[in-house]
Amino acid sequence: MTTTNSLRGSAAITGAATFGCGEAPGFTDIELLARAATAAVADAGLTMKDIDGLATCSLSAVMWPMPVIEYLGLNPSYVDGTMLGGSSFIAHLLPAMRALQAGQCRHVLICYGSANRSSAFGRREIVASRRFLDPQPYEHPYQPALPVSAYALAASRHMHQYGTTREQLAEVAVAARAWARLNPEALMRGPLSIADVLASRMVSDPLTVRDCCLVTDGAGALVLSRADEARDRPRAPVYVLGSATAVWHRQISSMRDLTVTAATQSGAQAFAAAGLAPKDIDMVQLYDAFSINTLLFLEDLGFCAKGEGGAFVQGGAIAPGGRLPVNTNGGGLSCVHPGMYGVFALIEAVRQLRGEAGERQVAGARTALAHGNGGTLSSQATAILATEALP
Amino acid sequence: MGPDLSADRPGGVQARHQAALDEGRFLIQRCSACDRAVFFPRELCPHCGSTALARQAPAGTGTVVAVTTVRRRPEDGGDLNVSLVDLDEGVCLMSRVEGLAPDDVRIGLKVRARVVQHDGRGLLVFDPA
Ligand SMILES: [Zn+2]
Repeated sequence: MTTTNSLRGSAAITGAATFGCGEAPGFTDIELLARAATAAVADAGLTMKDIDGLATCSLSAVMWPMPVIEYLGLNPSYVDGTMLGGSSFIAHLLPAMRALQAGQCRHVLICYGSANRSSAFGRREIVASRRFLDPQPYEHPYQPALPVSAYALAASRHMHQYGTTREQLAEVAVAARAWARLNPEALMRGPLSIADVLASRMVSDPLTVRDCCLVTDGAGALVLSRADEARDRPRAPVYVLGSATAVWHRQISSMRDLTVTAATQSGAQAFAAAGLAPKDIDMVQLYDAFSINTLLFLEDLGFCAKGEGGAFVQGGAIAPGGRLPVNTNGGGLSCVHPGMYGVFALIEAVRQLRGEAGERQVAGARTALAHGNGGTLSSQATAILATEALP
Repeated sequence: MGPDLSADRPGGVQARHQAALDEGRFLIQRCSACDRAVFFPRELCPHCGSTALARQAPAGTGTVVAVTTVRRRPEDGGDLNVSLVDLDEGVCLMSRVEGLAPDDVRIGLKVRARVVQHDGRGLLVFDPA
């Protein structure tokens, strides 16, 4: 795809920040967002006046870019409010790169904030109102606990087809926790064993509460700049070599094969655009809303063959010291998950590539893959990042 | 199956599908252009784009292809089976299997469709075939 290749390395992430990860009582969504956005813009050595592009979305407000523009005092010439669930912020990269290359803007702020854990407007109410605003008339009458039951159905199929075990699913949660224990920002930092995961409360078989992501507060923001502007910034630029988004369905019952996601498409396109292959990737940040996600995406993105995800992660292979560092911040399972995790996957990749990851730093990391998922395995967005815009 | 009494009702295919269920009848669509079955009901064929979709009664038999038990407190209704069922016509839908304990519903189970009335509306469920 020559049009995508022409964007290779044409933009770089110049600023990144989080705020309020875990618990941030008393904050609203937009206050959390504004704190992260302010910090990310400062991290890029810029001021809000320099921001002329905006990409943002929210799980609760459908016209979200407008209050964000108002709140931050922006006057952007580029606005993207595309809502693809948790994959959104990674999906925001490619159109932003096109806008930057076209000269429509110079610095795009990608930002997100949610008080999902502490908000007075509870998740029960949000779930109830979404049934009216975003109906799924062919699934809701059967009372699945969405989204977890959708992922549980996919997990049941993966176990049936490939012999994947609950122990292998648990290994994903245990690896995430081992990384979280090295990350001061992570909410869950206590020890966790495979036995602990298996003994925890079953939510929707075969997934226990420890196979499910946290419900936290948190905000994350990034500044994406044209490569020629990125060189003048205080931080080492993190170049976007390739990025792609794919959406195959909305409801889980419309998924043609419950063991194969649209990450096969977004991943192949992102790798093709980057001119790289899985073997070239030093570290992987995957959207682990549920433990099955990590297995599916390791397979679909080409880090192992279809059906071999369970075996691939065994024996601490994706934990600290393992063969492939995965979700080095602790992921959605143990670090942060305010409803849409994708921006945090991207930020962790940036921190690792900048060498800012402290105790959990992957030595010598030059390339990273960040992958977002949204809906019920519905939307997939992949980005391949590197410390240099390799030729 | 009798004549399609709900075919002349006003509104879109979702309303007509539900009206048929309310009358105790489960119908799926088949595309006249590409001859593929379609579920859920749509205004156009997702395979070929044709709007020539006819409704017909499926055989009603299918296979459980994915299964979960939603764990709920007794006061919330207790444990509940949710299954994905592939109908023999080649479409997949979400439903539940009745007549078995949730934990006894297995992938590969052959099932048969039945329309029940729930909260005054027709709802498709399955029994072991
Ligand atoms: Zn057709």
